[in-house]
Formats: sequence, structure tokens, C-alpha cells
Amino acid sequence: MDDQQNSDKNNTSAKDRLSALWQVVSVPVAAVLLALLIGAVILAVSGANPIEAYAALLEGSFGSMAAFGRTLSKATPLIFSGLAVAFAFKAGLFNIGAQGQLLFGALASAVAGFAITGLPPFLHTTLSLLIGATAGALFAYIPGALKAYTGAHEVITTIMLNYVAINITDYITDGPLKDTANGNIVARTPEILDSAKIPYLGEIPAGFLLAILAVVVVWWILQRTTLGYEIRTVGLSPHAAKYAGMRVPFTIILTMVISGFLAGMGGAVETLGIVGRYQPGFNVGLGFDGITIALLGKTSPFGIIPAAILIGAMKAGASTMQFEAGVAKEITDVIQALILFFVTADMIVRKLIRSKTENGTGVTLSGWGQE
Amino acid sequence: MTEKIQKEENLALEVRHVTKRFPGVIANDDVSFSLKKGEIHALLGENGAGKSTLMNVVYGLYAQDEGEFLIDNKVVEINGPSDAINYGIGMVHQHFMLVPVFTVAENMILGSEVTKGTSLDLRRAKKEILEISEAYGLKVDPDALVENLPVGVQQRVEILKALYRNANILVLDEPTAVLTPQEAEDLFDVMRELTQKGVSIIFITHKLKEILNVADRVTVMRRGKVVGHTKPSETDAQGLATMMVGRDVLLQVEKTPAKPKEVVLEVNHLKINDERDIEVVKNVSFNVRAGEILGIAGIQGNGQTELIEALTGLRDAKSGEIHLSGEIIPFEKPRYLVEHGMGHVPEDRHKHGLVLAYNLADNTVLNTYYQKPFASKMMVRNDQAVLSNAIELIKRFDVRSPGAHVAAGTLSGGNQQKVIVAREFSRPLKVLIANQPTRGLDVGSIEYIHKEIIKMRDDGVGVIVISAELDEILSLSDRIAIMFRGEIVTIIDAESATREQLGLWMAGANPEMA
Repeated sequence: MDDQQNSDKNNTSAKDRLSALWQVVSVPVAAVLLALLIGAVILAVSGANPIEAYAALLEGSFGSMAAFGRTLSKATPLIFSGLAVAFAFKAGLFNIGAQGQLLFGALASAVAGFAITGLPPFLHTTLSLLIGATAGALFAYIPGALKAYTGAHEVITTIMLNYVAINITDYITDGPLKDTANGNIVARTPEILDSAKIPYLGEIPAGFLLAILAVVVVWWILQRTTLGYEIRTVGLSPHAAKYAGMRVPFTIILTMVISGFLAGMGGAVETLGIVGRYQPGFNVGLGFDGITIALLGKTSPFGIIPAAILIGAMKAGASTMQFEAGVAKEITDVIQALILFFVTADMIVRKLIRSKTENGTGVTLSGWGQE
Repeated sequence: MTEKIQKEENLALEVRHVTKRFPGVIANDDVSFSLKKGEIHALLGENGAGKSTLMNVVYGLYAQDEGEFLIDNKVVEINGPSDAINYGIGMVHQHFMLVPVFTVAENMILGSEVTKGTSLDLRRAKKEILEISEAYGLKVDPDALVENLPVGVQQRVEILKALYRNANILVLDEPTAVLTPQEAEDLFDVMRELTQKGVSIIFITHKLKEILNVADRVTVMRRGKVVGHTKPSETDAQGLATMMVGRDVLLQVEKTPAKPKEVVLEVNHLKINDERDIEVVKNVSFNVRAGEILGIAGIQGNGQTELIEALTGLRDAKSGEIHLSGEIIPFEKPRYLVEHGMGHVPEDRHKHGLVLAYNLADNTVLNTYYQKPFASKMMVRNDQAVLSNAIELIKRFDVRSPGAHVAAGTLSGGNQQKVIVAREFSRPLKVLIANQPTRGLDVGSIEYIHKEIIKMRDDGVGVIVISAELDEILSLSDRIAIMFRGEIVTIIDAESATREQLGLWMAGANPEMA
């Protein structure tokens, strides 16, 4: 929402814009600090030294170029899934199904990665990425169409479709497309060809740059195109959108499809850049983390980047923390849960930091059973 | 002398020198007024004059910065609504605070439940409610579900709720804004009845006729200050309007006789079903000519809403045809209508007319955002064109706002309506449909919007005006169509129409018998 203000640069001074920015970021920043604080208390109670633990976490995520690269590669699929959830939010849709769309994206890109042969590297990677993203988009079409034509609430349908996705991908990887090389008995697909792999640029995974590009493109669509204006109008007021002559059902479906495309791309990037094949269990939670990240990033495309890097850093540094400070790495999950708690219960945080109520920066969702 | 002493003894509430500041604004500046026992005291002022703020201070929702309150001639501290209720102050808000799926009785006792052991004693509650409603002559069925009640009766439940809590000072915040003329009359009867029983009423409004009709005394506010006290017997509508606005206001619409030209909108045998598949518009036919205003009068719920929704592309029709400049229009295609010269000021400006979270610039292109120069062929928006268009419209239509970048939701109702009017009237139009164009607006804004509508007519646009205010229909229209139970009973020349005759037809009298 803050982006809309940008259109009127002449009337807003730099100071006003800075304070407007603070209005937006104060709650997420405070939520993260609060979560870390409570995490420290939990660490202390369980007998560990919180400072030591956090130092190790920091070292494991930003302490070296390798650690930083690890953080970025963890953050990469999260940017996509966060973007997917945030994009749907703009049309007033809560896409809980990013996880399922991401799984199909991961599997489809893996299949493209090992089954298509004879392509030059760049082309093969691009094609596999697009196939993965398209798989996510097609899967997201289902809840989109259900919502647009029957009014079925997307929260319910996407939750259920997540199970559909988990079971179908499990079946495929343990059945028709199971890797049979070298007497393998684990449920997984064959490894993708080298030509499909996403390369690293030094320590920086190329997928991360792709994620940044996706952020810019999504921002541009939302703020600079008529399609984005339609999506935001449908999200803020479906009735006004109808009055304005917009095709509300079409916009809802298209938004879900683009959201699923982004989620699928997240799964594809993880497969082609990190895992190298589809293996159930490797992508667990990436889609759900997208919800935390979208909310932490205030559903603004550019807010997604720092939010995803933060969560990525905790994932990247967790092992170092466990190794050096002797605390269970699950503490990072606790901190992440606390962040989600404080971001959603933002009234608590606002009370604590005495921030004024923001206007129009919240997430608008259509209620249960509405048209 | 004796009279003066008596006066002071009879005060139910006295507000002395109350000042309430918000960051950057003084909402109430040294406000004083007194409410006598058993009187209806009107608080008159334009939107944003500080009436509601003052009442929220009285009700304990805001704390005053300066000043004091006297109830029964004693200084009291009101630190919250519960204090206010204890002092016998009851408030009926503009938007009702009722639970739609609860019965009347359940709503009444909400917050002060009558219990027997651990369970609700609804039987006793019902008995008490019936006693009160009989005592004050306010009939309601305690077992009726609130959502099934008409708005006027819901309001009655709100009033009873306050009385149930022993209120003897009743604050009514713009109570007629949501009522039909008949319901408003009923409310005035109820108000008079209540004052007979010793209840004192503060009546917040900006409708002059209502004050002249029902109030005993009037306090007029402008920009947070009390600008005067008067009595209906000592003034008239013009005098009140001048006090309220601070300048002479045209209450009568000035217009020359219409010069109707060719038919621009023709409706033939239109039938429309509502959501429950019940026919609510039955075989309606009429036409509108360029350069005339057709008023559609009718009590709410007689099919006008559905008729207008079908005309403006928001609703499908079962059968019939609508011709716009001779061409049959497709149903449920608002964009077709925008592109073929139809302007629509919708009934509900918050639901359809504006996106409140959007800034004014985005709202001024709500239905033309995709056209040149606001967007290129490649669907890329041109922010600069949108902004300069908005700045021009804000100036031309005198929208009072800090600029095109502020959210529409932060403007007053009058200025929000001006944004819609600016957007719709600035397009090349053949037909304009204005549905309740001045609902909830203050006198100054009403004057402005009426002038603009007349101007559109004189520029050769065919105009349809729908309003719950008969006066608005009478003063704007060149011809008047009366709707009753989904049919157009008759269409008459506005010249020959009288309030009384229209009222009878709206209530179902047969014009052929007249």
C-alpha cells in the first residue's frame, strides 16, 4: 500500500516519507526483536547461554561468505513462496495452498530436469523452471476457479488441496517415476541432468538473483499495470471492482494462477538449485513459511526480501548454533512461530511500541461465505 | 427572576465550556449548551462541525481537555460509557449496535443479562421489555430476530435498549439518515411521546425540516464552535441554513424549464428477479429524453434498487430491453455502459462508488483506468496522467482535501461524493443515473451537487434521479415516475405534482381512481 503514495512525490517531503516508511516497518521490526527476546528467555530457562547461541546463529548465517551464500540459498525459495502468498493477498485471497503448488512445481521441474535430454544448459534450466512454475499455476487454478464460480472459500480448498498435492507427489516419486539407479529404495526421482542445474555465481546462488527479479516484476505488475490495479481493486472492494466494469471472477482466477506460478517457481528453484531431484520431505514447510514471510513483509513485494533473508538466515545458522552452543536447532522454529504470532497479533506490538494505527496497510481478506 | 431559577432547576444536562482537541484540530472549542428536562434539543451542524465529537465526549468515549458537565445541576465526571449509563445517558448511534442473529430480547439484555442461577432468564427479561415498551408506547416483538426487522423497528430496539438501562437523557445521532420519510415521521411521534414521559432528547441532525418539525430548541455548531441558539418558532429553514453554513444558501434549486430532445434511454417491459428469484420489477417501461430529469419516487424496497442496478449493469434482468441512444445494451456489462456514455452515481458510495483505501487519484479513474491517457495499449499505467487529471478534477469540482494523494476514506461524506461526481460528470455522458445523490450530505454539499445535476441536464444529458427524499425529487425532476411493488404506477409532470399526492401513490393508491 505504501507504494501507492509514491505516485505523488511532489506533495510528500522526504521526512514525511521516512516517517511513513517507519509506520510500515516498525511493527515487523519490533515483532522480530520481541520474538528474539522471548527466544532468549526460553534458551536461558533451558540452561543455554542466549548470547552464545545467537552469536553462533549469526556466525552460521552471516559469519562468512559461505555462510552468507547458504543464507541466500535458503532464502531463495522463501522469496518465491512469500511473494506467492503476498500476491494473492493483494486480491484479498489467502493462498494457504502455496505449499501444494510448490510441491508440484518442485516435482514437475525435477521431471523436466531428468527426462528432457539434449538441451544446452541455459535453455534446459529455463525450460525446467517454466515447467515447474506452470505446474504450480495449473494446480492453483483449481481453488481460483472454485472461488470465482462457486464462492468456495480458498482457505478451505487450498488446505485440502495441499493434502492432495502431498499424496500425489508421494505416490509419483514412490511409483511411476521412482529412481531405480544403484538399487535405490528411497522414494525419490532420478537426479536431474547437469544441464538443468541452476549454477552458483561464486557463493551466490543464481536462483537468488532470479528471485529478486521476480520481486521487481511482481511489484511492477501490481503498481504499474492496469492488471495490478484490477487485482488491488478486487482485493480492496469487489463491489467497487464490479461497478468499475472489472471482471471480478477472471481477476480472482488469474491472481491465483500467478500466485501458484510463483509458488511453483519456488519449488523449481529449490529442486534445480539445491536438491537436484525431487525427494519427499525436502520441501516441507517452504510454502507455509511463505505465509509468515508475506505477513512479516507487510505483503509488499520489496518487504518480502528482508523477511525471507531473515527466515533463511535462521535456517542456515541453525546447525551452527546447535553445534557450537549446544542448543536444539528447533529453537529457530520457535522464534519463527513467535514472529508470526507477533506480526498477526500486531495490536500487541503496537501497544508496546506506541505506534499509531496504520491506515490501509493491513491485509484485507474477504470474509467467510461472501460472494 | 422566578422564571430564571425555575429554568436552572429543570436542566437535565448542562455542558459548560467543553474543549476537545485532536492532534492538529480543535474538534470542540469552548462549547456550552443546556438540555432542559423533557425537551427535544437539536444539535445542528454540517458534517465535521463537531456534533458527534461533543456527544462522544458526553457519552464518555472521549475525555474532554477542558470544561465540565452538570447532570441534575451537579458536576459529574464521566470517564467512560458505563459512567454515562449510570448517569442515565443513553446513546443511539447512527449505525446500530445490534447483533442481527439475536432476538430483540437477547439484544436488549446484552451486557446487562438477567440471570437465574447460571442461565439466562429470558422469560423475565421479556416481561420487563414488554412493560417498558408499553410504558413508552414503543411496540416491538421481543421474540423477533433483529435481522428480520425493518430499519425503523431496529432503531426502536436501540431506543428501548437505552430505556431498559434507565436512560432519561437520550442522544440520537442522525437517527433519520437511515429511515424512509414515513419511518422518520414515526420516529418523531416516538420522540414526542418520550418527552411526555420525562425523557430529554438530544437530536443530532443536519436536516432543517426535521428540526422545524420536532425540536423545542436548537444549538447550531460550526467548525467546532457553538454559533448560536435558537428556537424553531423564531426562525425558518433559511435562517437555520445560514447559521449552520455561515453564508446564504440556496435551499431551492434554481432551474429553467427543461428543453427535452430525443430519447436517450428507453426501457421496454423490463422484468427483474432478486436473489430469492422473486420478481421485484414487473414489466417496467419508460424513457428518458436528453435534457430532462426523470425522478423516480418510491418507498424503499419497491424495486427501485434492482431497477437501477439493471440499468447500470450491476444486475441481470429476466426479460425486457434497455436501449441506450437507440442501441440495445447487454445486461451486467458496466464497462459497455461506461464506454457508451452512461454515468452512475451509486446509491452506496462506500460499497460501489469508491475504494476507500485508494487515494483520490486512483479513485478518479476507477472505471476509466484502462483508457488513454491513463494507460498505454500495453496495459502500463501512466501515473502522471492519472495524477494531473485528478488535480484538475479536484480543483474543478471543489473537492476539499489536502491533495490527490490522500486516501478517499479520510474525506468527509460530502467530499467523497464530490469525488464520485467529479469522476462521473467529467466523462462525455448521454445518460446520468444519480441514486440517492445527496444522502447523508450537509446543506452546502447538497446545494453544490444539485447545481451540477441541473448543469448536466442543461448540457443535454438525460438524467434519472432516485431519492428517498421527496423534496429532492420534487425540486430536481422535470417528470416524476412513482414506483410501487415493482411497477411504475404513473409518470407525471413535476409541475403538477404535490407532496401529498406523491405520498399516496407511493403508498399504493391507484392514480386512475384519483
